[in-house]
Order: sequence, then C-alpha cells, then structure tokens
Amino acid sequence: MKRRDFMKNTAMFVAGASVSLSALELIDPQEVLAANPELRWGFLVDTHKCVGCGLCVKACKIENDIPLEANVTRTWVERYVIKKDGEVVMDSPKGALNGYTSKLLDQNKSGMREVADKDIAQAFFVPKLCNHCETPVCVQVCPVGATYQTADGAVLVDRKWCIGCGYCIMGCPYGVRFFHPIEHVADKCTFCYHRISNGGNTACAQACPFGARKIGNLRDPNDPVAKTVMGQRVGVLRDEYGTKPQVFYIGLNKEVH
Amino acid sequence: MVDQVAQVAQMIVHGEAWTLKDLFVLPNEYVYWSIQIVMYPYMTGLVAGAFVLSSLYHVFGVEKLKAIARFALVFSFALLPVAMMPLMLHLMQPLRGINVLMTPHFTSAISAFGIVFLAYAVIVAAEIWFVYRKFIVESVQRLSAKAGRNAYESLLLLIYKLISLGAMDDSKEAYAADHKAVKLLAAIGIPVACFLHGYAGFIFGSVKANALWMTPLMPVIFICSAVVSGIALCIVSYYVFMEMRKWAAKRGKNFFLPDGIAHGSAAVNYDQLKSVQDHEVKMTSKYLLIFMTLALTLEILDMIFRGYTAVKSWDILRDVLFEHDFVKIFVLQYGIGNILPFLMLLLPGVTVRRAVLASAMVLFGVFMMRWNVVIGGQAFSLTFSGFMEYHLPIIPHNIETFKEGLGGALLVFGTPFVIFYFLNMIFPAFYTDDEGH
Repeated sequence: MKRRDFMKNTAMFVAGASVSLSALELIDPQEVLAANPELRWGFLVDTHKCVGCGLCVKACKIENDIPLEANVTRTWVERYVIKKDGEVVMDSPKGALNGYTSKLLDQNKSGMREVADKDIAQAFFVPKLCNHCETPVCVQVCPVGATYQTADGAVLVDRKWCIGCGYCIMGCPYGVRFFHPIEHVADKCTFCYHRISNGGNTACAQACPFGARKIGNLRDPNDPVAKTVMGQRVGVLRDEYGTKPQVFYIGLNKEVH
Repeated sequence: MVDQVAQVAQMIVHGEAWTLKDLFVLPNEYVYWSIQIVMYPYMTGLVAGAFVLSSLYHVFGVEKLKAIARFALVFSFALLPVAMMPLMLHLMQPLRGINVLMTPHFTSAISAFGIVFLAYAVIVAAEIWFVYRKFIVESVQRLSAKAGRNAYESLLLLIYKLISLGAMDDSKEAYAADHKAVKLLAAIGIPVACFLHGYAGFIFGSVKANALWMTPLMPVIFICSAVVSGIALCIVSYYVFMEMRKWAAKRGKNFFLPDGIAHGSAAVNYDQLKSVQDHEVKMTSKYLLIFMTLALTLEILDMIFRGYTAVKSWDILRDVLFEHDFVKIFVLQYGIGNILPFLMLLLPGVTVRRAVLASAMVLFGVFMMRWNVVIGGQAFSLTFSGFMEYHLPIIPHNIETFKEGLGGALLVFGTPFVIFYFLNMIFPAFYTDDEGH
C-alpha cells in the first residue's frame, strides 16, 4: 500500500468510526432525560401547619435506619420564639424527635430557658431536611464522587464508596449531613428515594398529621407542590450561598435561615 | 435485647465525644474536623517550609545556609510521609483512602491531593538523589574496597548499590550535571511546595458555608505560615540534633551519630560542630524574621477586613475572636507565638539559644494558628446563634478518641523524628564536603 493510500484509508476509517460513535452518544437515554427532564423532585413545607409533634422525625429515623437515640437526624424541627423586644430564642432538642411538650427551651450548655407568655410576640416551628440543591456543594466537594445528583434531582450518597472525610459535612450550609453512627459514612435525607421512585410518599410527609410536608414533581404543572411553588409566595433557606435549594417554605420568617 | 437497648442508649455519634454545644446549634452539627485536621496543614506546612529553606541555598545560592540546607532537605523528606498520616487517621473509612486516586472527583479541592503530594514526593526524592549521588558513589567504592565487612556494612553497601540505580559515573562532568539537576529540581520544587500547601489553604478557604474559613487570602496565609513553621522547625531540630551530636561526639556515643556509620568514621569534631551550629542558626533566624513579617501582615489584614466590611457573619465571628477564643488567638497565637519571638529575634545580639527559643515559640504559634483556623471555624453554629466547644480527648477510651485525640496527634508529631533517625543513616544530613551541593 502506498503511503498516500494508507493516509486516505486511515482518514476515512477515523471519520467513519467517529460518525457511528457519535450515534451511540445520541441515543444515551440518560443524557436525553437530563436535557429534557420530566421529573424534578421538590419539597414543600407549610410552616403554618407544623405543630412540632416530631412524628416526621420519628418516622424518618425508623424508615431510614437511623438509631432513634443517636443524636443525629436526617430531618428535624426547629422552634422559634420571638420576643417583643426582638430577641429570638431557638431550640431543637434531639431534632424534636419526641416533639415539643414543654415551654422550656433547651439552650444546651446554658441550660433550660423559659420565656414568659407576655413577652412573646410570635412563636412557630420550622421543619428542616436536605434541600436537594440544584447546585449542591456536597457533590462539588466530594473527593471521590461518592455523593452524586440523580437525573431527577435527588442528591444521594454511595455508602460503599464514601471514604468518610467529612468534607461534604463541612461544605453543606444547611447542616443536614452527619456521619451515620453504624455505617460510618456520610449520611443525609434522600427524600426517601427508595419510596418515591416506586410511586410512594416520603416517610416524613406520610407521617405528618397536618399536611405540613409534601413531596412533588416540580416539572409537572398539575402537581400540587409545583402549583404552590409557582402560584404562591414561597421562600427558600440561605439562597445567598448559590446552592439553589429545592425545598420551598410557605411562611418563612427572616429569623429563619 | 437488653444488650441492644444498652447499646442504643450509649450510642455516641462521631464528634459527640469532644463537642460541647451551647445555645442554638443544629442537631447534626459537631466539631467533625478535629485535632488531626489541625495536624494536617501543620505537617504539610512543615514539609513545604523545610523544602523552601533548603531551596534558598540550592536555587538562590545563599551560601550561608549551605549546612542547614542539606539538613532541611533530608528532614523535609522525613516529614513527607507524615503529612499523609493525619488524613488517614481522620478518615472514617481509612481503607478506602485509595479511592481518592482511583476515582478523583476533580471539582473537589481534596481530590488532587494524592497527585500533588506524589508529584512533590518524586521531586524531593529526586533532588536528594542528585545531592547525594557523589556520596553514594563514594560509599559504594569505599565499602566494596573494604575487606571483612560486618553485617551492618554489607547491608549499607546493598542499600547504596540499589539506590545508586547503577549510576556510578564519578567524572567531573557527571558531578557538574548533578549540580545542574539539583538546581533545576529545587527551582521546580518551590512552586510545587507552595502549591502543595497553598492547596491545603484552598481546602479551607473554599468552604463557602464556613464564615471564618471563606477568604481567598487563606492559601497565601497558609503558604507564609508554612514557610515560617518549616524554617522554625529546621532551626529547632538542627539545634537539638547538633546538641545531641556535640554531646555524643564528646563521649563517643555512636548510636547518636548514626551517619557516622555511613561516613565510615564516627569521629566528629566538637569545636567544628559548635561553630557550624552557631553560624547556621543565627543566619536562618534572619530569614525566619522576613517570612514572619509577611505571615503576620496577611493574618492581621484578614481580620481587619472582616471587621471593616462587617457582613452578616461578623457578629458571631466577633464573639468567637474576641470572647470565646480570645486567649487562644491573641495571647497564645499572636502574643507568645508571633510578637514575642519577633521581638526576641529583632533585638540586637541574638544568641543561638535565644534564636532557638524564639523558633520554638514560633512553631507553637503556627500550631495555634492552625488550631484557631480549624477548630475556631467550627466554634460557631451555622445558625450564627450558638457555639461549639472542642475538648481534645486526652485519655483515650476507644480507638476513635485515640486517633482523634492527644495520642494520635503526638504519634503524628513524633514519627518524622523516627524516620529522620533512620534516613540519616543512609543520607547523612550533617555531612559536609567542600564542593558538595
């Protein structure tokens, strides 16, 4: 074969091969889905409806195998007491696992604190969980790619690959991550991915007696959560970090972040 | 069942053993990055600093630092494996540490650690090889010629033959080429060392969730304090090792002069050692002063800037800086660790002892700086409405409180000296020859 022919044939082969390879690229279903997602999980919290019973925390811990007595939790409820003089007193003992049954506010080392009824301007509860951010810091900082984002927006942890460095825990502006006391890897709320992917509800939303928590598909215009997020005035937590959180709150105060 | 209940009741999550919360702190917040993450930038800083000190001679030809440069290079190599130790001790899954090299996720600041670290290790190893090639060749020749070698010498001969990599050329041209290679490697090494450590600073500086850490100055501050601590450690260790050598030289205690074996003779001249020590320590402390000024300026600038711009987080940072951690920051770090040694080095008539004492204080100061950054950054809650106190586990009651306690920290700090003792047997760090590097 002449050198000229060899070059010609090589160029033809490379050109031909790249065309067929790019065809394989085109029909990758994951990429198609990512470009036109029909599903994006989002969460709606109506703080007006929350009474601080803590059933969501219990349900979550039982559903997701987080030991009840371990002082870490995938979801928790915070209590805010805003005094007439502007002072804000907050607590969340054991993440409100046992519900708020006392007026005493747990200030950890500073002990219990009681605020007299006459001094209180307003008081309310705020449930918290992973925000499954659009641009999650935890995914960015994971050195081994053990934390990842699914095509439908959930942020998950690969327990078999996590090295337990804690960078994601430090990176999360919402404090939703912790080390699982038994698995010894990073852990966090998954939106009950194992349930919602099979048509179920999240454990916390199902356990909530007042409908303060709802999971939904933000891409579906007929979805109740999507309708509320679009049609009502909702807020998100700490948007100054640029994480684009996907848990939306009705009735968010400036004291809450 | 009863056992299970007891186990559940006592379940302590990671971080709980040494964290004391005050006021409103989120349920999952603990001091997750504890003493080992203080040790990590501290040890990497020492590696980088020691290397920069040796490069001052090799690249910029600061002749006065010749003797300490060689020591600094070998010591930097002894410190190198230890820079990785705190990370391994800190990981919840240490056996998976290798995953960082297998699936590096490059958007993470930690992911490139293995690559940067290995690149740096190769450069330092190569530089040592070129610096000591003449010595290796001579040792092989000397030991081969010797009749009736003992087991020790036979082992040494084998080691030298192996690390010579068969490069036995002892012509003048070959040694001139070595000189060139050393200079080149040291020159490449400086930016890589700075990168290795600036990068440790980036790991902290890029955590946007942490109000204390997030500043672009962090890598620069880390590099400056790294050079400071590296030089200080070299001064202190050089002094201590020299004192030991002087003591050993007087009494003929050869096990304190392990390089004597490599030299082929244990005869060390006491007076010569003393003069070398005086000269090197005083010279080096001048360079320490320069880098200290730089480090201090940047740290103060950072603090002033935060106070002046006073964004949302300033209220809580002010509480941490001026109340909770006041003693640790302004007394221990800046007072004892910076200003006092600064004055000690600046006042005329510096003696060796004063310079060494000042360097030891500087070392302590840089350690406190790492502490105040790493632990101080976790001293307040993400809510800005609560605090976390860190209590270093001193007496371990399980493997976790050992690893992330005083024991683990001392283990990390002590290991380089053990490595150095053995490394010194092969690459005598105090070896001087007239035309050497």
